[in-house]
Amino acid sequence: MAPVELPVLKPGDFGSDQDVRWCPGCGDYSILAQMKKVMAALAWPREKTVFVSGIGCSSRFPYYMNTYGMHSIHGRAPAFATGIKSCRPDLHVFVITGDGDALSIGGNHFMHVVRRNVNLNIILFNNRIYGLTKGQYSPTSELGKITKSTPMGAIDNPMNPLSLAIGCEATFVARSIDVHIKHLADTLKRAAEHPGVSFVEVYQNCNVFNDGAYKYATDKSVKSDNIIEIEHGKPLIFGKNRDKGIRLNGMQPEVVELGKGITEDDLLFHDELAPEPTLAYLLSRMRYPEFPEPIGVLRCVDAPRYDELLNEQVAQARAEKGEGDLDKLFRSGDTWTVE
Amino acid sequence: MSTEFESETDHSKAVLKIEEATVRFCGDSGDGMQLAGTQLTNTSALAGNDVATFPDFPAEIRAPRGTLAGVSGFQVHFSSTDIYTPGETVDALIAMNPAALKTNIADLKSGGVLIANSDAFDKKSLEQAGYDDNPLDDETLDSYQLFQVPMTDMTRRAVDGLDLSQKEADRCRNFFAMGLAFWLYGRSLEPTRRFIDLKFKKLPAIAEANRRALAAGRNYGETTDAFVSSFSVDKAKLSPGTYRNMTGNQALAWGLMTAAKLSGKELFLGSYPITPASDILHELSRYKNFGVRTFQAEDEIAAICSAIGAAYSGHMALTTSSGPGIALKGEAMGLAVMLELPLLVVNVQRGGPSTGLPTKTEQADLLQVMFGRNGECPLPVISARSPADCFEVAIEAWRVAARFMTPVMILSDGYLANGSEPWRIVNYQDLKPIPITHPEAPTNGKPFLAYERDELLARPWAIPGTPGLMHRVGGLEKADGTGNVSYDPINHQHMTDTRAQKVANVAQVIGDQEVMGDPAGDLLVLSWGGPYGSCRTAVTRLQAEGHKVSHAHLRWLNPFPANLGEILRSFKKVLIPELNMGQLSMLIRNQFLIDTIGLNKVQGKPFQVAEIIDKAESLLP
Ligand SMILES: Cc1ncc(C[n+]2csc(CCOP(=O)(O)OP(=O)(O)O)c2C)c(N)n1
Ligand code: SF4
Ligand SMILES: [Mg+2]
Repeated sequence: MAPVELPVLKPGDFGSDQDVRWCPGCGDYSILAQMKKVMAALAWPREKTVFVSGIGCSSRFPYYMNTYGMHSIHGRAPAFATGIKSCRPDLHVFVITGDGDALSIGGNHFMHVVRRNVNLNIILFNNRIYGLTKGQYSPTSELGKITKSTPMGAIDNPMNPLSLAIGCEATFVARSIDVHIKHLADTLKRAAEHPGVSFVEVYQNCNVFNDGAYKYATDKSVKSDNIIEIEHGKPLIFGKNRDKGIRLNGMQPEVVELGKGITEDDLLFHDELAPEPTLAYLLSRMRYPEFPEPIGVLRCVDAPRYDELLNEQVAQARAEKGEGDLDKLFRSGDTWTVE
Repeated sequence: MSTEFESETDHSKAVLKIEEATVRFCGDSGDGMQLAGTQLTNTSALAGNDVATFPDFPAEIRAPRGTLAGVSGFQVHFSSTDIYTPGETVDALIAMNPAALKTNIADLKSGGVLIANSDAFDKKSLEQAGYDDNPLDDETLDSYQLFQVPMTDMTRRAVDGLDLSQKEADRCRNFFAMGLAFWLYGRSLEPTRRFIDLKFKKLPAIAEANRRALAAGRNYGETTDAFVSSFSVDKAKLSPGTYRNMTGNQALAWGLMTAAKLSGKELFLGSYPITPASDILHELSRYKNFGVRTFQAEDEIAAICSAIGAAYSGHMALTTSSGPGIALKGEAMGLAVMLELPLLVVNVQRGGPSTGLPTKTEQADLLQVMFGRNGECPLPVISARSPADCFEVAIEAWRVAARFMTPVMILSDGYLANGSEPWRIVNYQDLKPIPITHPEAPTNGKPFLAYERDELLARPWAIPGTPGLMHRVGGLEKADGTGNVSYDPINHQHMTDTRAQKVANVAQVIGDQEVMGDPAGDLLVLSWGGPYGSCRTAVTRLQAEGHKVSHAHLRWLNPFPANLGEILRSFKKVLIPELNMGQLSMLIRNQFLIDTIGLNKVQGKPFQVAEIIDKAESLLP
């Protein structure tokens, strides 16, 4: 038999016929472009992919993908996605969310979808602001931030999405940046391929309401001092001249300069496979300006997946009891007959 | 298995034949009264009676022992004729302690049988119940046939010699009480013995103790001089068939499973526990071999959202809750209306507002489910009228949801959910299939339109995984046809009208409203939901007295049957008894511009037939 020729899809084939309506210059464009590339590289049939989102600028994403998609309600995308994946494990399901969507109104769902390890790919566009509602502070906005709703500065302590995900024992946790397009594409691809819940925080610039929030991580002149690309099995080295590293001092990470008696072997080596989430948590806590912020995969472990377990129980019940028979069920237990 | 039991009581005493009886067990919430009531129900049903039950229990699992707040009751009505209610006044009351006596005695009819566990009437318990003197000792109870039975002592003696703590021994008292009630009504002990064997399989000592207590109760009735006679109730003339006893929640769960099968779908339930709806979740989670997937979500919002996801993915989707949870689901229900996906939302109503009376019944969520969402957001609403009716309602609701691509609200209530009655078992083959089709990619080169409509305005249900039909759905207003986001003002008007008309079109498939009695007259009693039985019984009696009264019971509350207006206008007066402050009245007045007279009560209890008769009589010429 001749081999079946599958049509080779290009990134452009994943774009829908809808006009993209983000502000010019918005970081969301870049994430969309990388996602299309990843889709083409994965070569999954388009009809087997579903993008589910909540509400926010970021959550318009599904409209722009030529796959199946649902633009749902604010904060609840993980729950819709759980329903889809539980019924249809054959589908590849992505959740697109924002910092307000996932962490504020949807915090509860986020926590539970992660702990259940539903085999979904959650991409959080973190612009540290409410974009769609025009510029209020979000759960990731920094202390003191002046926004429309905080004229004297934000007084609530921001939350750390990676730490939260790791606290909920996410099996795949990563971070990338909208403008680091190759890194972003690689990270999204790995997330998509991970069996189990994968969580990717993407630093996304909202050039209208929070421009430059990640300048420290994207500006050519400073970024290599402020972010650190972590890789499994490799020491944590950063800096323009790759002359700085992270060393563990007891339970505390510290920045050290290489040379002068300190070698790579003294540094912390990344282990994304560590069964305990302690190391990943420690990395997630490294924040600018005290530390360079890690990008890459912090944690990637295997654990039972909710959707598979659910479907296995269905299969097991069928194997043990046989396919359900309603007539038998109706007549089980105590019955009586009236002539 | 089909069994017929003959009474095994060797009646050395007189047996009085009666048409029907209403028996109530009451005691502490830890006394096992629900179990006692359930056993008497099943045994009576197996003996061929028609039965109806009313379990009534406190919100607290174990309120302080002996207090009025902790009293739990279970009422059983069994009869040799068709019955529609769990009984009015009580013929026999079994009270396990003073608090139970105090809270229930008012419902015992004058001259009725009162069996009291005299061992429980000690000083402390009397005080707790607020009795200054022991009512068993003075003339307070003179108008009843009082039987003082030292149940605690007799039970302890019956289980003597088994390796049990006193607490364990005392826990068998409800079986003693059952045994005595079984003797009183000539019931077989066999079904309860089988229940004991099954339930306490792993606890042989407890099983034996319960068996002995049960027998001791029966023997007590048989041998003590106090009881001079027992009763017998003939088999009811139910229509031929095989029957089983079902609660409303069980009937609903089975109806849903049946609907799934009839439509060639697997059922997905997203739910969050809440009284009195949780038993649907419990029941459905047992049937994974029927392809049922149950998801206990983190809250009611996630529950309905997961169900909408399931619907999008092509499954039969369901979410179950009660009023407070339905409030949380509001936004997501709006999304389901907007997406036009089939979904069943079950509201087992309880007393409100807020946490209200969680274990008591009420019908006060009708306006909530009609209007409790933002925007113009209509959806069909169906209600069950009796425990067994929940089975059919589930199937009908899914038939409409799937045909019209719409969420459908199913209203039940605590009284229906926990109450039970005989259900005539159906043959699956006799049920009408629910046809569902999913589109395939168009072959004519035309683009797929996710919001193209058929003659009833339903859109196609295209499911992920189908090549060529990739489409996006969402809560933003969409252009008719393509489903693409549209902010066009005229389109929004058009879509709003279309969604409303689609729900109105449901009236074309639900059939005409039926009337019990003449199609015109002095008074129409119009009811919905749980009050069906009381209204029907009341109207039947009034008709027998020659009054020009008819009864119409609504199953669909949105839309109303097409001929309802005509029916309403054929009567001089319309009486609407509801366990709320006039919600159906409001809808009827609004839609038909006719006056209605309400009979409204929110006391956590169903209507008494007499209440309806009294009100109706006051309106008749
Ligand atoms: C129930 C509900 N509450 C509030 C809103 C208003 N709202 C829409 S998006 C949003 C915040 C979005 O912020 P984020 O999730 O960070 O997304 P971004 O726009 O920044 O991508 C809010 C408050 C809504 N749509 N629904
Ligand atoms: S408001 Fe900000 S996040 Fe939203 S589209 Fe514009 S730039 Fe992007
Ligand atoms: Mg944001």
